[in-house]
Amino acid sequence: MILNENLYTLIPLIPLAGAAINGLFWRKMAGNVSGYLACATVLASFVLSVMAFFQLIGLPAGTERVIHWTVYDWIAVGTFKAPLGFMLDPLSMTWLLIVTGVGFLIHVYSVGYMAHEEEYSRSRYFAYLNLFIFAMLMLVMGDNLLLMFLGWEGVGLCSYLLISFFFDKNFCAEAGQKAFIVNRIGDVGFVLATVWTFATFGDIVFPGLFEALKEPALHPGSLAITCIAILFFVGAMGKSAQIPLYVWLPDAMAGPTPVSALIHAATMVTAGIYMLCRMSPLFAMSPSALEFVAIVGCATALFAGIIGLLQKDIKKVLAYSTVSQLGYMFMAVGVGAFTAGVFHVTTHAFFKALLFLGSGAVIHALHGEQDIMKMGALKKKLPGVFIVFAAGSLALSGFIPFAGFFSKDEILFSTFVSHKYVLWGIGVLAAGITAFYTFRLVHLTCSGESRMPREAADKIHPPPKSMSLPLWILAILSVVGGFIGIPAAFGLPNILGEFLEPTFAQAHHLLGGHGEHSHSTEFLLMGFSMAVVITGFFLAWLVYGKGMARSERLSEAYSNFHRIVSNKFYVDEAYNAVVVRPLRKAADFFGRGDLIVIDGLVNLTGGIVNILGIIVRVFHTGVVRSYAFWIVIGMIVALWVIAG
Amino acid sequence: MAYPLQNYLVLSALLFGIGMAGFLYRRNVIVMFMCVELMLNAVNLTIVAFAAHHGLNVGTVYALLIITVAAAEAAVGLAIIISIFRLKGTLDVDEYDQMKG
Repeated sequence: MILNENLYTLIPLIPLAGAAINGLFWRKMAGNVSGYLACATVLASFVLSVMAFFQLIGLPAGTERVIHWTVYDWIAVGTFKAPLGFMLDPLSMTWLLIVTGVGFLIHVYSVGYMAHEEEYSRSRYFAYLNLFIFAMLMLVMGDNLLLMFLGWEGVGLCSYLLISFFFDKNFCAEAGQKAFIVNRIGDVGFVLATVWTFATFGDIVFPGLFEALKEPALHPGSLAITCIAILFFVGAMGKSAQIPLYVWLPDAMAGPTPVSALIHAATMVTAGIYMLCRMSPLFAMSPSALEFVAIVGCATALFAGIIGLLQKDIKKVLAYSTVSQLGYMFMAVGVGAFTAGVFHVTTHAFFKALLFLGSGAVIHALHGEQDIMKMGALKKKLPGVFIVFAAGSLALSGFIPFAGFFSKDEILFSTFVSHKYVLWGIGVLAAGITAFYTFRLVHLTCSGESRMPREAADKIHPPPKSMSLPLWILAILSVVGGFIGIPAAFGLPNILGEFLEPTFAQAHHLLGGHGEHSHSTEFLLMGFSMAVVITGFFLAWLVYGKGMARSERLSEAYSNFHRIVSNKFYVDEAYNAVVVRPLRKAADFFGRGDLIVIDGLVNLTGGIVNILGIIVRVFHTGVVRSYAFWIVIGMIVALWVIAG
Repeated sequence: MAYPLQNYLVLSALLFGIGMAGFLYRRNVIVMFMCVELMLNAVNLTIVAFAAHHGLNVGTVYALLIITVAAAEAAVGLAIIISIFRLKGTLDVDEYDQMKG
């Protein structure tokens, strides 16, 4: 047992070693060596994770199903204890498998995608990518809030490094900075919440913290608990791109496409959901905080979906779609359906990684073209990519029986049965919008008539094996991935739900069940959301199905709406005017203050010393005998004082 | 104790005065160095005289200690003089004026 747990400590350490080797010996990495090394380390982590998974399910079911071990005491000051300890329970296990599994596939894909880069550039890329896997695993496996925060910051750093990977392009460097700074705002919330948690409950190690939360003296819904929960959620807003901190994620598409798939779709951006699920016992004690989470998530789902409708960059569409889907997950958490949220994280990891990698294959084949208005009819040139892309899209729009259908439907169903009918309505509307922009995306890239220049069309080349293999695996997962969490109405076991039940038992106990609901309600809701999805498809087909003429007519007819949406509601401009520019002005003001006051004081000190120096210089004649003379004078004065 | 204490003190004051005068007026660095030694030994003589006068051996031991340290200091001082002579090619302290502020 002991041996095994120490073995699992290697899960995060192996990718760290990979990052160190690629980062330090980048001169020695010839050809694809760096890529193979990075893939091997993540594969090793994945294998260990699978071993851990089987050990975990071998344990008796229930709250005892946890592997928890401490490597050493990291920080112990007074009663404050933050060990370097790891905890594998069903929740972290789910993320562990997603991060290492999908992470491995994306590493393999990257080998092909980055093949045109310089060798040193490739080893830098894979060093960052491995470092990201390490940080993400620390975030997920850490058994206390501080260790989680370490991983939280680590993934933020790697995200920054990889967004601005092509740092010689100005917009990439700026996008990286934007992501980093916006994330800092959220991180302040996380830090404050951690400190407040320690001050209130006296423990930040999860098992102890959850025990402390069971204390009957604590009054659920008290102001302190609500504040802590909302501060945690502010942290999640930053990392998981929710209103009002979502603005960094669309810009983050400046990074290489596999990075968008791994960090900005499948894993890092779901860290906020993970944190909320991890802290579910706390959130369950504050219904108002949960309501806030649900409302923000729902608003984000709709808002980002609308923006996604008119984006022209293939990756931007997917980015807004990611923001929107993350909104769904928060909505699930907000109505207390933690399992549904995790389920959507899992399926989303499959199909959104697939869509990003598919779009990467398209961009790769078109030598860097990202504008969907300049694509079209790619299914003839890239049939394989078209099939997997279509599978991912059907999963994203929630078409039965693809993965997204089950998870999205579970969320909508949970919202409905917790009597949040307005949120449910908006969620269904957002599902329709999702279907619309998904259809538009697939149609404009893959079918219809080709809108690219002839010479560009001739140069299209199919993706190499290292890229197509991960695509097919993810496509299969996107098709069948939904069956791990089949809704109860179908009468089949909900594998994921049962697996995660012990983790959320404490929260569910506090929130209370929603009671039994007839399966007919569930089928009715499913049918309804399917109808909405099909309507979305149909409307998109009406607009885009017969060439571009009709969409152009529509955008002229509703030019105001079109202008506002395609400019993303001018949110970036508003932030610039309200936050960025005043901050710059303030910085300029304080900068001048710094120049006058602080620098003035420093220069004054220097000036005084300088003047004193000029006076004292008189005595420094350089003539030894004059020094001797002054020594004797000094001695006489000293004697005279003593004899005084 | 053949002579009274005053004799020793006067002698050491004379020695110290000669040393000080030489230190101030001579320009040869070796002579200046010898003058420093002279002043040091004048002080030493005072200590030994007082020790004998009070019948305390501690003073004598201190004098021995000072002589030992003075030997070490002489070695260092001579070494410095040698290297500065190599550098400047002269023993005249008035030529050593790089430290002018």
